[in-house]
Amino acid sequence: MGVTTDPARLGAPLPPGPQQDAILEQVAAELTDKGFVLAQLDKVVNWARTGSMWPMTFGLACCAVEMIHAYCSRYDLDRFGVVPRPSPRQSDVIIVAGTLTNKMAPAFRKVYDQMAEPRWVISMGSCANGGGYYHYSYSVVRGCDRVIPVDVYVPGCPPTAEALVYGVLQLQKKIRRTGTLWR
Amino acid sequence: MDLALRDLGDFIADTLHKEVTGTEIRLDELMVEAKRDSIVRVLTFLRDDANCKFRQMVDICGVDYPEDAERFEVVYNLLSLSHNRRVRVKVRTTAEVPVPSATGVYSAANWFEREVWDLYGVMFSGHPDLRRIMTDYGFEGHPLRKDFPLTGYVELRYDDEQKRVVYEPVSLPQEFRSYDFLSPWEGVLPGDEKALEADAKGEGEGA
Repeated sequence: MGVTTDPARLGAPLPPGPQQDAILEQVAAELTDKGFVLAQLDKVVNWARTGSMWPMTFGLACCAVEMIHAYCSRYDLDRFGVVPRPSPRQSDVIIVAGTLTNKMAPAFRKVYDQMAEPRWVISMGSCANGGGYYHYSYSVVRGCDRVIPVDVYVPGCPPTAEALVYGVLQLQKKIRRTGTLWR
Repeated sequence: MDLALRDLGDFIADTLHKEVTGTEIRLDELMVEAKRDSIVRVLTFLRDDANCKFRQMVDICGVDYPEDAERFEVVYNLLSLSHNRRVRVKVRTTAEVPVPSATGVYSAANWFEREVWDLYGVMFSGHPDLRRIMTDYGFEGHPLRKDFPLTGYVELRYDDEQKRVVYEPVSLPQEFRSYDFLSPWEGVLPGDEKALEADAKGEGEGA
């Protein structure tokens, strides 16, 4: 079998090393022997989903700059299969980067509603998490979770690009852990 | 520079003695106080006169002085590129009395006046399209007035039954807190001796 059944390792990829080599050899042998590999469907689906999480670009304020840094060459989210999309129809995850104002909220909800299931939400920065600096303002939504359900909150004002990358990795972990085909 | 500015102020006050109530030099810039009903004439003069040539409308701001009888002040910031000079023109008004619109003199005044209307509730007569420009559609009130509470009156959330974003009366689980920024540490933090030196230096210069 090409998939580990060790409960401690469930949901986490195997690091490179002799253990990984052994499994890869086993899979290769299975392939040459039978011509196919057996695996669990939900694990394959999760592998595919976590390997290409396309985020809707939703930069609302200064957090967007850090989000751009995360996409650029130093951190390069592309190597996790995270490629920014300009359309909600093509995206799996929406990164709310910045202050969500009252005027923006209906448009934001509309964008979220246009995304196809399964979809996830990363709330980036203090303003998106809970209003942050503008919590007591008359024109700002006190956290984007008042408008849409959020999966991962990335704290910071603004969070560093590393923090956002960490948030993306935490979301991958969450997808593997929940591991449902439909939700 | 200061002298030239004073001359310009006197020139404006002399030429427009019926429209201008006073000129003053503040922060190295000229300030002109104008009568509300003649603001269009004053602006036209400042734009067209050869000594002024204030061709650029940089900004229109509002100010709220709730204790005054005419509580609102409208400030026109003008710039003359040919003379490298700026001027502020001020006008007082109330919430009921409109100010003549400057859109006929400066086309840039259009959105600035909409902004002042939106945030202060100052009306401009003769404006082609006096709508709100910044606050949410259907917003009530003028948020930069001093009597407008910081948190406003309504807050927003998504209603899952109505499938749309709804407004509700504001409810804060945590009241607004104001902090004092006195340091809990006496004296100088370890490693921050440079700040002490800078302070001593600053005091020496002051004395």
